[in-house]
Amino acid sequence: MTIMSYLGAIGAAQREAMEADERVVIIGEDVEANVYGTTGGAGKSRAEEGDFLQMFGRNRIRNTPISEEVIVGAAAGAAMTGLRPIVDLSYSSFLYMAMDQFVNQVAKNRYMFGGQASLPVVFRSAMFYGLNTGAHHSDRPYPMFMNVPGLKIVVPSTPYDAKGLLRAAVDSDDPVLIFEACTLWGTKGEVPEEEYSIPFGVANILRPGTDVTIVAISSAVPEAVAAAEELALSGISAEVIDPRTLVPLDKETIISSVQRTGRLVVADPAHRTCSAAAEISAIVAEEAFESLRAPIIRVTTPDTQIPFSPALEKQLYPSRTTIADAVRTVVGERVMTQA
Amino acid sequence: MNLSPEILLEMQRRMLRIRRFDERASKMVKRGHIPGTVHTSIGQEAQVVGACMALGDRDYMTGNHRSHGHPIGKGSPLGPLMAELVGKATGVCGGKGGSLHLADFKVGSLGESGIVGSSIPIATGAALSSKVLGNGKVSLAFFGDGAANQGCLYEAMNLAGVWDLPVIFLCENNQYALSTPAHTVTSGVIADRAAGFGMPGVRVEDGQDVLAVYEAVNSAVERARRGDGPSLVEVVTYRFNEHSEGLRLGTDYRDADERSSWLERDPIVLFRRRLVADGIALDDELDELEASVLTEVDDAVAFTDASPYPHPSVAFADLYTDPIGALA
Repeated sequence: MTIMSYLGAIGAAQREAMEADERVVIIGEDVEANVYGTTGGAGKSRAEEGDFLQMFGRNRIRNTPISEEVIVGAAAGAAMTGLRPIVDLSYSSFLYMAMDQFVNQVAKNRYMFGGQASLPVVFRSAMFYGLNTGAHHSDRPYPMFMNVPGLKIVVPSTPYDAKGLLRAAVDSDDPVLIFEACTLWGTKGEVPEEEYSIPFGVANILRPGTDVTIVAISSAVPEAVAAAEELALSGISAEVIDPRTLVPLDKETIISSVQRTGRLVVADPAHRTCSAAAEISAIVAEEAFESLRAPIIRVTTPDTQIPFSPALEKQLYPSRTTIADAVRTVVGERVMTQA
Repeated sequence: MNLSPEILLEMQRRMLRIRRFDERASKMVKRGHIPGTVHTSIGQEAQVVGACMALGDRDYMTGNHRSHGHPIGKGSPLGPLMAELVGKATGVCGGKGGSLHLADFKVGSLGESGIVGSSIPIATGAALSSKVLGNGKVSLAFFGDGAANQGCLYEAMNLAGVWDLPVIFLCENNQYALSTPAHTVTSGVIADRAAGFGMPGVRVEDGQDVLAVYEAVNSAVERARRGDGPSLVEVVTYRFNEHSEGLRLGTDYRDADERSSWLERDPIVLFRRRLVADGIALDDELDELEASVLTEVDDAVAFTDASPYPHPSVAFADLYTDPIGALA
């Protein structure tokens, strides 16, 4: 084990995947200069040692023009014909430029051609929310892509998960979209130095509990853990679950937790309508209704666009306070009867 | 062009296959035997076959919505293609693609796209594979004059240009985007746009001449194979039928004289005359060839009729390489 940042863990996974398989290539804007710090040695900007361009050369490190549509489509075509590309799309808000390729080609080609194609390709992008970058850089668009059958959707929340899930994505024969939260880039945690992968569809129970289940996504995960720690001081035992992958979704872990706790709060930084939280709430309502002792509460970003000013933005996302308040609401009755 | 008689006759055979296949498909649409509609390549066979036969068997191509001819031109057998149009289990895509989404990976056909222009980046990516893996394969993207005004074409041409990718952008200019005359929505000449990307742009004025198309595409393929990068080839042609079979429009958007002058330039008739004039084949031999293609189409329909429909569970297969919980 070593201590690594979330961003460093992504870089490590990319390096290991590149070394393990010559068919893996990295395609994207500014990948050559290591602008975001995942295609070089330690930290940002090109390093003397351990630089990806130096290690793998221009044939496999493919700096692109700003042309998201062809970047995504060409990566799909390359994946259909023998490569295993990792595409760096920098900001998640830029994915919309390539929406036709994602929806009509990447997601559908295997299916509509009757299984003749497989598309082993990974699309990485960072959600720059919470950093005062305004409405064009702050999107958390994973729920839109959950609505497109054929894609796998990954939302790592820790350095350990970031490395292991990215390697599983590269090794997968299906297209995978990884949404990285920028606010987590600097998070440090224990990461094995050796190669490993985390299977998709297996949730992580970060903290066991008995009174309420909190399912948290992406940057809401550390907030939910902080909320659970605070709630423990008032005698409320919250179980915190990170699904880690939204497609496939580990329904069993979530449902069996709710069957034990009887209460559910879902914390999701996406917009409220048709969010991942909405889907998870619907699944629990359909499959574990009889276990629920209180209405489900979603803690999400409200259905408004993201404003620039620091005075306006931060209040919008799920925080330890809003998550803890939601938990107090769903356990309220029991706490009152005990009091 | 020094092509062997075998190759020349194969060109005629494949053009005939496309013609007879699409004629039969048109009838089957009108009788309700094929659900939905189809877009035929009738009239454009020279342009399709000239381009496909300039490619090698292992080379890649992508198609568009008017694309039955592309896999046929590349050598795909007719039975599974016809079965796909009807939605049978033995269809080339197992009944999940249909007319708009034929693909036959066995002949390098990476699939058609019902979205205009959308498959151009896919062909570009296949060329990237060839380049990175160094396997010498060339890739060709078929698209129409309509797709020539989609942005993704220019993103793809730029990327292929800077990376010297072995790809040919082949514009099948049949002069109409459904009802819209290309010249009313297209600024300048499509082939000339290549200059902006520093790649050769060739316009084949007579797209009814299979050898003219072959020659132009062959040069582009040789250039790509040498590692010298992409080309744009625009072929001027004409579709003899309506945009799609069964489509009835209230307006005559095509001038009657224009249409009849193109109908006189039937690529199959023209090439047959040439084969006879050049002493490549006798009329009798060409009659036999026509009869044998008709038999192939009959056999394809018989194969289709004898094939079962897919089991309903097939609707849930092939989405992912490993089944995931969402579909359980």
